[in-house]
Amino acid sequence: MSADPVTARRPGSSLASLRRLAPYLKPVRRPVLGALAATLAAQLCGLSIPLVVQRIIDGPFTTRDYGGLPWLIALVAVLGAGEALLFYARRKLIARPTALVEARLRNDLLRHLLRMHVSFHDRWQTGQLLSRAVGDLVTLRKYLAFAALFLIVNSVTLVVGLGLLFTIAPLLALVGLCSAAPLLLISYINETRYKVVARRIQDQSGDLTTIVEETMLGMRLLKSFGRAHVRTRIFHDQARLLRGSELHIVRIMAALSAAVLVLPELGIAGLLAVGTAGIIHGSLTLGDVVAAITISTYLRWPTECIGWALSETSTAASACDRYWELRDSASAVTDPAPDRTRARRPAAAPPRGHLRFEDVHFQHPGAPRPLLRGVDLEVRPGETMALVGATGSGKTTLTALVPRLTDVTAGRVTLDGVDVRDLPLHDLRARIGCAFEDAMLSSAGIRENVALGVPDASEHDIREALRIACAEEFADGLRPHGLDTRIGEQGLALSGGQRQRLALARAVLGRPALLVLDDPLSALDLHTEAEVEKALRRVLTDATALVVAHRPNTARMADRVAVLADGRITAVGTHRELLASCPHYRDLMSAPEPWQEAMPR
Amino acid sequence: MTTSMGASPGSSTEPPGTTAAAPPGTYPGLDAAEDLSVLDKAGQRRVRARSRRLFTDLMRPWLLRAGVALAALVLENAAQLAGPLLIARAIDSGVPRAVDGASGTLVWCVVAFAVCTAVSATARYAFFRISGTVGQAVLLDLRMRIFRQAQRLPVAFHDAYTSGRVVSRLTADIDAVRDLVEGSLDGLLTSLLTVLGIAVLLIWLDVPMALVVLISFVPLLLLTRWFRERSRRAYRRARNTVAEILTELGETLGGIRAVQTFRAEHRKAARMNALNEDFLEAQTEALGVVARYTSGVRLVGNTALVLVLAIGSWRLSEGSLRLGILTAFVLYLRKFYDPLDELAHFTNLYVAASTALEKIAALLAVEPSVPEPTAPAALPADRPERGRLAFHGVDFRYTPSGPPVLPRFDLTVPAGQTVAVVGATGAGKSTLAKLAARFYDPSGGCVTLDGVDLRDLPDAVLRREVILVAQENFLFTGTVAENLLLARPDATREDLRAAAAAVHADRVIEALPDGYNTQVSKRGSRLSAGQRQMVALTRAFLADPTVLLLDEATSSLDIPTERAVRVALSKVLAGRTAVIIAHRLSTVLSADRVLVMDGGRIVEDGPPRTLIAAGGPFSRLYATWVSATSGG
Repeated sequence: MSADPVTARRPGSSLASLRRLAPYLKPVRRPVLGALAATLAAQLCGLSIPLVVQRIIDGPFTTRDYGGLPWLIALVAVLGAGEALLFYARRKLIARPTALVEARLRNDLLRHLLRMHVSFHDRWQTGQLLSRAVGDLVTLRKYLAFAALFLIVNSVTLVVGLGLLFTIAPLLALVGLCSAAPLLLISYINETRYKVVARRIQDQSGDLTTIVEETMLGMRLLKSFGRAHVRTRIFHDQARLLRGSELHIVRIMAALSAAVLVLPELGIAGLLAVGTAGIIHGSLTLGDVVAAITISTYLRWPTECIGWALSETSTAASACDRYWELRDSASAVTDPAPDRTRARRPAAAPPRGHLRFEDVHFQHPGAPRPLLRGVDLEVRPGETMALVGATGSGKTTLTALVPRLTDVTAGRVTLDGVDVRDLPLHDLRARIGCAFEDAMLSSAGIRENVALGVPDASEHDIREALRIACAEEFADGLRPHGLDTRIGEQGLALSGGQRQRLALARAVLGRPALLVLDDPLSALDLHTEAEVEKALRRVLTDATALVVAHRPNTARMADRVAVLADGRITAVGTHRELLASCPHYRDLMSAPEPWQEAMPR
Repeated sequence: MTTSMGASPGSSTEPPGTTAAAPPGTYPGLDAAEDLSVLDKAGQRRVRARSRRLFTDLMRPWLLRAGVALAALVLENAAQLAGPLLIARAIDSGVPRAVDGASGTLVWCVVAFAVCTAVSATARYAFFRISGTVGQAVLLDLRMRIFRQAQRLPVAFHDAYTSGRVVSRLTADIDAVRDLVEGSLDGLLTSLLTVLGIAVLLIWLDVPMALVVLISFVPLLLLTRWFRERSRRAYRRARNTVAEILTELGETLGGIRAVQTFRAEHRKAARMNALNEDFLEAQTEALGVVARYTSGVRLVGNTALVLVLAIGSWRLSEGSLRLGILTAFVLYLRKFYDPLDELAHFTNLYVAASTALEKIAALLAVEPSVPEPTAPAALPADRPERGRLAFHGVDFRYTPSGPPVLPRFDLTVPAGQTVAVVGATGAGKSTLAKLAARFYDPSGGCVTLDGVDLRDLPDAVLRREVILVAQENFLFTGTVAENLLLARPDATREDLRAAAAAVHADRVIEALPDGYNTQVSKRGSRLSAGQRQMVALTRAFLADPTVLLLDEATSSLDIPTERAVRVALSKVLAGRTAVIIAHRLSTVLSADRVLVMDGGRIVEDGPPRTLIAAGGPFSRLYATWVSATSGG
């Protein structure tokens, strides 16, 4: 299940990973700094309350002089209220900025993914993308809102505490450093082991997500074959792998937490030993030793907290790495450089839909040989060209080159005389209406699916497109909301013919100059096919069209037919001409049907 | 998504002539209220009780281990408490005596301190290991329950629920439970122990003062109740939004070809932006509630401290309280409220996790509308003919009150017969096949295989006998061979080749870049529709079913390939029962029998030649076909 095509880099330093968040943190630095200040101030309040209480006990309570007592109690009240307020301020201040960082990171990731070429998406499992876009970013938000804050504040506390210890007795401070020793250990372990496991956990849960996603989408198939248990086993294996890694973390954390407990205690014992020796020696007083031990005890919580926060830092850093692995990938299909566009853009002539393939080659990445080997084909403005070829001859790939779902490996495709790679993607695709083999519907309503390319299409236009595809009647009949009824996952609740007609309606909506239709009638019953054909003929008189065809009646709609074989166009002509002149075409189109042999006539 | 999901299923005012498409978005038993952030009182009680039951059920096998972990924790805390006492003793008497030359006490103290440290460290280690193991076991159990449930639920459920929501249950919701399991149990138990211990101590020190402290629990409890209500609402909203984000992302990325060619990138991004905005608001709201709660808890604690100081000093001046007691009381009081922060933190994680559990429990509570038989029947082993499919008085509607998709009908397909089903899209052909494959159960009547009601057959038996090749032939990521093996995991490479050759798919598969080892990429995107159909056909034949249901299984093939497949199929199907839904004349004419469907009804039934001669709907279809397929 190595769904991850980018080999995970060896984890670098956590700081370097997290530093890439700087552009996202910068706009929210004020509230974040405010939250930091509030956290520090709250800790200060928290620390001073016991000091004041101590003053009350040592002062008014012991001396029975209650003169200053109300003031001292009032001070406790003020500090207490202040502490509560600062608690509130910290969370209130940090809440929106961190959520904002998460939202922006996700938005930018999606924008990036939407620009990535199609073969990137074929390679990357959706589960990995989902786990990075959601799980990892949630991890990052939580880290920024809690662990990062505590890491900074407690580091400050620790340094100040050690400084205090140093002013009391330099020697004791050295021993007191022992209480900070666990941090060195934790940092070491984090760099060598924790981070690797944290990354593994994230990758494995991404794979788990992939399995879930694929299983749910393939549910109908699994049901039909009664193979649900096969996927359950795959899921179980992956979930156990994940659990194994989680337990690895549990073991590391258990050992760490024990170490974090022992080492400061050792430090205190050491303080006691050295302190006693110092007292005997006369270089220390009992008061010094007590103070040093008190401070060391105080520093235990910040130490533990830093330890936890450091582990969280590793997790956040590898979440960050995973995020940037996606953002750092570059799209192979991009808008042309601006100067190129301007130079090559045809003078405001209306798009006519003049399509040419010039010596087009295409090879799938990693495939041993090219699929298309020098395709030359011209589709003249207003012409309907049928593309005919055997299963697997590359018809679908050829059509995908036009809207640049993928780019040629050599040669070029031109639209109205301009290389499609020199047209801005948006302009190029705005001129083309496509219908794929798979309808590619979303679970939204029919209206939304059909108007995908023309969001501001009028009701009239949508209905006209549906009528051309003979889809209006069934669309209106959908319960309970007609055109706005949600059609379920990928529209799978509809029949194949219905899905195909919706895809066709989507392609013809907005009357694009060029239509690219991949076997648009294959799933239709004969009656519907005839109706659609009739309506489509009217549309095709105005537009240029490239239509993949498997059946004579689809081919007959075309003005000319091109035959694709062995990666080249081997013949072009009208249906009748080719039937007469091209044996391969005759074989593909007019094969004797069994009824001709079998039926008594 | 949420609003239309909850839309009421077919009301009785439906216009007649609705098509056969299922009404997605509704599934009996799928709690529509599940997606609301604000529930009424009864709904809340039901939802919470359900998630609590799930939790206790999950924990039951682990109670003993959890008890051991708890004991380790108590031991750790006891050993830790002894530490400061020993240090105090060392300072008070050990160090002065050592200074005087008698180091015995000091040595004793240090040794005892070391032992305590060792014990508490070991106990803590044990606690982490045990509780971590239990937590992970519970998570694995929960994951498996969700996954199995999703697999158990019928196709109709998946039409309504969308994969994104299942993904959300298994990722985002599980993560919330994981946060609780991972991070906070030790803190919670330690805090509880501390609070309990100190409460006893406070009462023992001075009852009236302790009462003041205990009264402060009233606002704390009120505050906690408020918090649970408010944060639950915020977290529910967050859970729903994250499910929507996952669904939207999955659909957008899965349909990237359409999104890009139709230039919908900006609109998809804007939609995601809006969802993100929602999620941001929900998170901010949740954390805002947490902010108010934790600061409130702190305020109550500090106020109680001030009250104790004030009352204490008054009583001290009255002489009704000794200084030592007051001092101890005040010192312990601070320790008493500190753990409350930990408790607040835990409460927060708990609410987040329990709203996630609510969602999970709701999914787990859905009853499959196509259940496994409670008293499974076996197919007679010695039946003379295998594969007789019969519909007895069957009618079908998607919802009980909805219009009939298939009005009551009877149909028998004798063993070994090949039946072609023709008719306009939406005539009910696919529904007929889905009933035969038990994707759905009929609303009335029964479907039988060799005389046994499909509802009485265990799933494993039914799936061995009946295979449906649907229009959308899904491929899993992996190689062609791996996809074929789904049908028969123990098949050898030779078996695969033989199966492919039998349905004439061998040439198409071997022409792929790596033959059987070709990676099909995500959802088979590296293969064309025709190639995918060949793989699907091979897969179906490899499964070697008694009854084969083919729903438009060859529609994307070129004519010569389709013809070769048809010739191959006629051999393969000999001795099998086959129901073939087809739009192509060629396929239909080679069948033994043709059913013509219209508006859910079988309007003609007979051998193709007879029907052509009869001059009914089929002969008209035939005429159209002939004119459409004949050359010029």
